[in-house]
Amino acid sequence: MENAFGQPQNVVIFGGSSDIARAITKKLCAARAHTVILAGRSQDLLHAAALEAQEYGATKTDTVLFDATDPSNAELTVSEAFEKVGDQIDLVIIAVGLLGKQMDDQDSASASADLITVNVTWPVAALAEIRGRLIDQGSGRILVMSSVAAIRVRENAYLYCGAKAALDRVCVGLAQSLEDTGVKLQLLRPAFVRTKMTVGAAEPPFTTGANEVAENVMRGLASNDDVIWSPPILRYVSFIIRHLPTPIWRKVANR
Amino acid sequence: MSSTSLSGWGRTNASVVTLRTPRNEEDILNEFSAGTRLIARGLGRSYGDAAQLSGGVVLDNRELDGIGPISADGVVTVGAGVSIDELLAVSMPQGWFVPVTPGTRQVTMGGAIAADVHGKNHHVDGSIANHVLSMRLVTPIGAFTLSPTNESDLFWATMGAMGLTGVVTSITLQMLAIETNQMLVDTDRHGDLESVMAAMSDGDAEYRYSVAWVDCMTRGAHMGRAILTRGDHATAADVKKVALKGPRKAKLSIPFQAPRGLLNQWTVRAFNELWFRSAPRHEEEENQSLSSFFYPLDGVGQWNLLYGKRGFVQYQFCVPDQMGDTVVDVIKRLSESRVASFLAVLKRFGPANPSPLSFPLSGWTLALDLPIGSDALPSVLDDLDELVAVATGRVYFAKDARLRADQVRAMYPRLDEFQKVKSRVDPNDQLTSDLARRLDLVGK
Repeated sequence: MENAFGQPQNVVIFGGSSDIARAITKKLCAARAHTVILAGRSQDLLHAAALEAQEYGATKTDTVLFDATDPSNAELTVSEAFEKVGDQIDLVIIAVGLLGKQMDDQDSASASADLITVNVTWPVAALAEIRGRLIDQGSGRILVMSSVAAIRVRENAYLYCGAKAALDRVCVGLAQSLEDTGVKLQLLRPAFVRTKMTVGAAEPPFTTGANEVAENVMRGLASNDDVIWSPPILRYVSFIIRHLPTPIWRKVANR
Repeated sequence: MSSTSLSGWGRTNASVVTLRTPRNEEDILNEFSAGTRLIARGLGRSYGDAAQLSGGVVLDNRELDGIGPISADGVVTVGAGVSIDELLAVSMPQGWFVPVTPGTRQVTMGGAIAADVHGKNHHVDGSIANHVLSMRLVTPIGAFTLSPTNESDLFWATMGAMGLTGVVTSITLQMLAIETNQMLVDTDRHGDLESVMAAMSDGDAEYRYSVAWVDCMTRGAHMGRAILTRGDHATAADVKKVALKGPRKAKLSIPFQAPRGLLNQWTVRAFNELWFRSAPRHEEEENQSLSSFFYPLDGVGQWNLLYGKRGFVQYQFCVPDQMGDTVVDVIKRLSESRVASFLAVLKRFGPANPSPLSFPLSGWTLALDLPIGSDALPSVLDDLDELVAVATGRVYFAKDARLRADQVRAMYPRLDEFQKVKSRVDPNDQLTSDLARRLDLVGK
């Protein structure tokens, strides 16, 4: 069961070996999490993340392998992960994502499709299964990794931004559909985060480390806010981004 | 099937449950024989997740509402769904008061048993369990009539066990004779914690009721400044006009959820200042109404909405007599962390009763209301748990919404004893709650 601060005991994380997911897992384990199931595509990375979770206090960890380019496995992956918990599930984190390389991907049908599949189709398919299972429990929380990129699509990263925007909007509706079910969905919208996924990229304003994102997540779980911004000031900055006239936005975004 | 979202008085971690309303013991036995997993609920005044069970059944016991005649020597049998408020409305005009009352009348007698509630008179009269002559308990293996001499292990295991041994349906209680609905109250303002604790250690034995309101936000020399109020029921000779009426209903109510952040370290500090200054420095035998002495907050309905959407937690712990320093350490830690906390309630406890899970033990208890919102709060409270556990004290389940499961065994060393009795009457773990699952009190 989660406590009054939204700190969970039993956690399932899809995309569990990403740097942000690992930073969040550490904080959750240092608080109340004792059972952590990590799902992802690399057994080695998941194993390392599981050991890290144990170091921070998890007493039961397990891993599930899946390939997010194939949404047909989403239902099975979710049920496998849930069964490994063997108890009520307090928090499900969807941290599945692919940044891609815009210049390479934009002219490739298969790469463009993969980017949408990994960032949107697989998570949405998984959420369909997660939603029903948590509603049956009468309680539970879902945290979906969106991005500040979802606020307004940039032409130099339109595949990634567009994909995150799609996931984000689906989740806004999904969150509303969960009212009075005992289940809560929160969106995490971080700015650029220094991780292995973004290494080498130029750092835009509001860049943070994964640890700072994790701290904002812990705060967000306690606050029950629908959207967790990281850093928190993005709540206001995003308002400006949203309302800039397009010519100005293109100049700012393409700098 | 009706799905309902429930939370405790702190309005945190809500769960969706199936709510059912039993009208008699038969209804409850039928639930058990159907294999239902359930927990009973009264007026939902537990602060955390004690009276909810996500995905399970919650029995709303408000229909178990009978109040029997009060005998000449003050013995009454009431249904578990009867509130102290409803009981007082009947009993006070006949000259009887409840032997133990928490700071609100809006609790059911069943809930009072589940939490083994204590009042301002614990140092003299013990908790509610000490005044229960007998009670009916419905368990998965049948209904029992329990008393300190009949099935005494189950009787005591039920006290303070947060409903996890069965569903209490009726209680036979020894009431307290009163002559008026007035109190005679002595009030003293103390400039620091040491002074109020010394006054309580030395003088509480002379009063039936005693409580101190402590300011946990002032730092420095006046840390823990407090208002100590102590008194007893006024006799007919003490008052000009003898009246015996039940308490009046709340006139004010908070109409809607307050905006986020209304209660923060500055507004709470200002409130504490006002409260402290409004008390007399020293006052003897002041006439106070019973309601204002026992139930100051019952005058405002739904006051929990003041804490806004995020809700609040209450932290209440007790430590043995010789560990009074822990109270000082806790208040020091709180005032230094600048976590907003309303005037805290400090009390002395008398000896514990034989129950394995009952909260009070001889010593000190402190209760604090803390709005959710401060980033430091979760870890500050975890630190306080450590202090309390080291001092062989404990945290009160009825208030809890955030304790660590692994602290429970240290704080309640007789947990195994309770679990043994429970598994006898509930072999399939049908009785459980969100609290029980969160704190590993019973099988999952």
